[in-house]
Amino acid sequence: MSGHLVPLKGYLGIFLALMALTAVTVYVAFLDLGPMNTVAAMTIAAVKAVLVVLYFMHVRWSSRLVWIFAAAGVFWLMIMIGLTMADYGTRDWL
Amino acid sequence: MQADVPGLAHHFEDLEQQHEAGRLGMWAFLVTEVMFFGGLFTGFTIYWNAYPDAFRAGSHHLDVRLGTLYTAVLIGSSLTMALAIRAAQVGRRRAQVGWLVTTMLLGTTFLVVKGFEYQHKWADGLLPGPGFAWEGPDAPHARIFFSFYFAMTGLHALHMLIGIGVLLTMCVKAARGAFTPSHHAGLEISGLYWHFVDVVWIFLFPLLYLIGRHG
Repeated sequence: MSGHLVPLKGYLGIFLALMALTAVTVYVAFLDLGPMNTVAAMTIAAVKAVLVVLYFMHVRWSSRLVWIFAAAGVFWLMIMIGLTMADYGTRDWL
Repeated sequence: MQADVPGLAHHFEDLEQQHEAGRLGMWAFLVTEVMFFGGLFTGFTIYWNAYPDAFRAGSHHLDVRLGTLYTAVLIGSSLTMALAIRAAQVGRRRAQVGWLVTTMLLGTTFLVVKGFEYQHKWADGLLPGPGFAWEGPDAPHARIFFSFYFAMTGLHALHMLIGIGVLLTMCVKAARGAFTPSHHAGLEISGLYWHFVDVVWIFLFPLLYLIGRHG
């Protein structure tokens, strides 16, 4: 036996949560929240991505090494976007 | 030295170690994919900040109903992919094939609808190039939005196409009974790739289809 066996109801629950979050993100997009529109859209997308990675991709039940690999992807992506935007976002300050 | 474990390569201690090595290999590849798409996401963010009005107008032109449909189809395909692997875990061959076929059908649905959407954009003159005919505000920068739109969704669609090819191979193997409860690493690793392509879309959807909705 290799890997964790997730009950059918578990997968179905994740699927329904992802569909509900999709509906929420579409609904919220039509409200005028100013800059919070972007924050809400990206937060919901991040929650959906975490659900897929943890449950569908089984990272929740994977070894520490898999955790480190997945976290490394997020970490370096944050460096790329974060430092790049720190540059572009502050050029007007000079 | 152990002998005659079906599917075990000689340089691994046991199937679990072999499985873990394959899983890590796929994750290492996916991290490079995160950075590959990440470059596009970074570029998108820079230009979106520089020309917010043009990007909002471009996004507003996209069909949010189609975007939602793609998202639902891909989330559904991730569910069926997970169920295909589960079928291998519990040793049900027919269910593996059935869920894999469903996953491929959903992926194909995505690509066919995407093809029609591209055709529609082409007819509207929204393909960046000499014939770019944007009637909204700030055409030069709306063109940048559509360049990102075609580059990002095009690369995503290419990944889907490759994913469907991989799943087709897995489907044939599953039908031949290659995956058992103790040995189905290939199927699981293909699933990781498929889910990753879903995750990319989860971020593409709001950035391309939703940023211009409000107001």
